[in-house]
Amino acid sequence: MSTRASTLAGRVMSAPSIIALFLWMIVPLGMTIYFSFLRYNLLTPGMEEWIGFVNYKFFLTDHAFFASLANTLVLVGSVLVITVIGGILLGLMLDQPIFGRGILRILVISPFFIMPTVNALVWKNLLMNPVSGFFAWISTSLGFQPIDWFTNAPLTAIIIMVAWQWLPFATLILLTALQSLDRDQKEAAQMDGAGPISIFFYITLPHLSRAITVVILIETIFLLSVFAEIFVTTGGGPGLSTTNIAFLVYTQALLQYDVGGASAGGIVAVILANIVAIFLVRLIGKNLDA
Amino acid sequence: MESKFKTPFGQFAYTVFAWIIGLAIFFPILWMVLTSFKSELDAVNMPPLFLDFNWTLENYTGILEQSNYFKFAMNSVILSFGSTFIGLIFAVTCAWAMAFNPTKRTKDTLLWMLSTKMMPPVGVLVPIYLVFRDWGLLDNRFGLIMVLFLMNLPIMVWMLYTYFKEIPKDILEAARMDGATLPKEIIFVLLPMAIPGIASTMLLNVILAWNEAFWTLNLTTSDAAPLTAFIASYSSPEGLFWAKLSAASTLAVAPILIVGWFSQKQLVRGLTFGAVK
Repeated sequence: MSTRASTLAGRVMSAPSIIALFLWMIVPLGMTIYFSFLRYNLLTPGMEEWIGFVNYKFFLTDHAFFASLANTLVLVGSVLVITVIGGILLGLMLDQPIFGRGILRILVISPFFIMPTVNALVWKNLLMNPVSGFFAWISTSLGFQPIDWFTNAPLTAIIIMVAWQWLPFATLILLTALQSLDRDQKEAAQMDGAGPISIFFYITLPHLSRAITVVILIETIFLLSVFAEIFVTTGGGPGLSTTNIAFLVYTQALLQYDVGGASAGGIVAVILANIVAIFLVRLIGKNLDA
Repeated sequence: MESKFKTPFGQFAYTVFAWIIGLAIFFPILWMVLTSFKSELDAVNMPPLFLDFNWTLENYTGILEQSNYFKFAMNSVILSFGSTFIGLIFAVTCAWAMAFNPTKRTKDTLLWMLSTKMMPPVGVLVPIYLVFRDWGLLDNRFGLIMVLFLMNLPIMVWMLYTYFKEIPKDILEAARMDGATLPKEIIFVLLPMAIPGIASTMLLNVILAWNEAFWTLNLTTSDAAPLTAFIASYSSPEGLFWAKLSAASTLAVAPILIVGWFSQKQLVRGLTFGAVK
């Protein structure tokens, strides 16, 4: 039913959203690209001039860039490994009959709804404080020296908090996928004498592969932009040890007022995210046809 | 569901094991809530006090009296519901058009919308900040509502689109045959059938806007600052503050945690853009 009138109505009705998103993303992105070619510092207004790729040269050869790129990759990679493996295990666990399973599932997914600033400050103080934190008590009770997380292992501390926040997301998606697994297939394999481990590797894991891909891609998009957890706990430090790309761009823009440099950094972040986004958009696009 | 455990003991042991894991994951939240009822001295006591401390409400009364907590809470409510409400108006019409009057370009448009969501916010932080500064929108509720609305618009359109796709087209066409005008068709025919989908889209969006902590931290200072920024102010405190931090945090997350529990199923659909159902 695709009359001319209905097509027109469809265009008119979808136009506001499309125009709004266009103004929100494409126009600022164009401005960022433009700024990235300027010498432009908010402390010296009126001195803007075109300098070509100089900002990129500075940003990409700055040791802060390499440090923050490395931190970004370590953060994203570690959280992905923890949440995907943890999510599969928790998904399998919750897929079994357990007394009070509904409540248990609510407990497991709760961290996802905690706002990042609360997450970060509760972990930093109540749990990870080296003197009166809960973990310090566990270490001392077991006869170990408490770990001073934010002095000796600041990036690990950030990874733990972010992983805790995203574990429920992976669990929930993988659990949803597990529940659509055909039980007959599993039973047939059991009849043929397959053990639980071979059932997992030959039936369950292949069935989950698509959901795992989705988890990895979507988490990567969000994890590349982790900001608040760093902002309220370490401020990127000590030194550069917890500065990721997002935080580096923030410090250049709003703390050093270097609009040109921050814009170049922002574009680098966009390119990094797009490498992931291309795969995700393709995967979801395929699903749309089905 | 059939139990695969051979003995009742196996079933029991497994349940205990699963509950230990679940409680361990939930523990930081539980500990935060417990700490919020302690005095500041009990909060830093070593060894930690589990239930045998003097339960007190002084942290809650302290926060509600002093720290203009209500202004921040009010901002959180205004920002999350305001952005959701505007978002629904845009997203319902857009998703209606895409689900029921698709053109050749609909699929590409949907994917383009998705791709705007992939853009890291730092990619547009500088121009948005400068434009907001020049237009007087920094630390302004309206400005932030617009940011949150636009940030979540692609998710809303996508989620509603997947729900609308499940509604049979014939019903809308029948209404049209009977002479319903377009606004009537949407309001009286489509919306009642789509209420569950719209409700869950709304809930997910409120959660995302409530917890958003990049733009709210960067574009606000005091007037428009929501609870995310209020909690962030505890990052450089003086003296003992754990019990107060816990009470403030508990107040900030409790409402959204409850909303989250109700919308957990829709979360999967919304955040995977329909790729996992």
